[in-house]
Amino acid sequence: MRTKLSLQTVRGEFVNRIETISGQSLLACNQCGKCSAGCPVAFSMDILPNQVIRMAQLGMEDVLQAQTIWTCAACLTCVSRCPKGIDLPRVMEALRQIYMERFGNVLDADQIAPEQAAEMPQLAIIGGFRKYSV
Amino acid sequence: MAIPYFPGCTLSTKANGYDRSGRAVAQALGLEFQELDEWQCCGATFPLATDNAMALIAPTRLLRQAQEAGGQVTTLCAVCFHVLRRTQNFLQGHPDALERINWFTEEPYLGNVRVTHFLELLRDQLTWENLRAKVAQPLKGLRVAPYYGCLLLRPQSEICLDDPDDPHILHDCLAALGCEVITFPYQSECCGSYLAVNKPEVPQQLAQDILASAQRHGAQAIVTACPLCQYNLDYPQQSVSGWALKPLPVLYFTQLMAVALGLPGEVWGMEEHIVDPLPLFAPYGATVA
Repeated sequence: MRTKLSLQTVRGEFVNRIETISGQSLLACNQCGKCSAGCPVAFSMDILPNQVIRMAQLGMEDVLQAQTIWTCAACLTCVSRCPKGIDLPRVMEALRQIYMERFGNVLDADQIAPEQAAEMPQLAIIGGFRKYSV
Repeated sequence: MAIPYFPGCTLSTKANGYDRSGRAVAQALGLEFQELDEWQCCGATFPLATDNAMALIAPTRLLRQAQEAGGQVTTLCAVCFHVLRRTQNFLQGHPDALERINWFTEEPYLGNVRVTHFLELLRDQLTWENLRAKVAQPLKGLRVAPYYGCLLLRPQSEICLDDPDDPHILHDCLAALGCEVITFPYQSECCGSYLAVNKPEVPQQLAQDILASAQRHGAQAIVTACPLCQYNLDYPQQSVSGWALKPLPVLYFTQLMAVALGLPGEVWGMEEHIVDPLPLFAPYGATVA
């Protein structure tokens, strides 16, 4: 798989958008990995949180195809651990927003079984829709 | 003096036991709750995108409703608390955003409401010593593991409730009730939250790890302050086999308080729990009937 890196992608529109929505400076990340080490759902992710930031830093739009940005539970452990004070949950949210603007919502009301909706605390369903739809 | 109280959508329905026990406990302790006259769902998430003003409308409106009710609001749901606390924090730091939201809602919020979680009121207003003095049925020897979850503690800079790496507010509450408090390593590991909606296997795995850890450390019950944590830890215990662990009741801290304060069984609110907590209290002569 060929990956093209250039000044156009590293400081391009995609990176600009992520930084605007998240309010974070991606290049502050020095890839120490503490975020990934502390992430409780990392076992279920295809790429690790620090790899998500790395791809974002390099303007690699393939990061939008990662399952990771949808597996993030916004538990805020990563932001508690980051020695550079980078708010990674905000970067994840920015990536989700950009994905949904381009490709549509990820959660549909039809996907929730009525029995499940009946049992689950509604805050879970509301939270799910907040994260998985625009 | 009654304290303005916001129950939230989940406590008013699915997690009604938490609301019922919380109100009864508050009343018994002289911290009576006065539900806001008008309220709506807080939105369940604090918006992490910097340009998402719409998601702040509902919590700002809640803060205004609290403003009308006297200038402070307390809540039991850790999620509501997290959203309101962070919204208040954000609006105080961004007066331009507050102005824009006020222009949209046409219901001006002045930005000065004090948001608290009930645990803070217990710690700071009542104090643990006074709580201990009011306990009618000390739960001596009951090994309880406080499970903090995420939203009650993080982000530390905005929530300012407790140390997120070494929290003790729930520990102190349970100790005041006479319990033997168990600290276990998964006490602030995420339960999986809203992933229960479309990736239920993730919260199931997390629940297994959290419950197994608590049991390894000798816990007879887990105590929480969040209805989603309670669901994610309690609900899967009915259907998942091969967990190699005994069922572990998952309680709200207010329910344990209700038992220890000697309040009647109908306010304990334990009917909906999957793993029945009632057998824990029989040795103390405390039954629902």
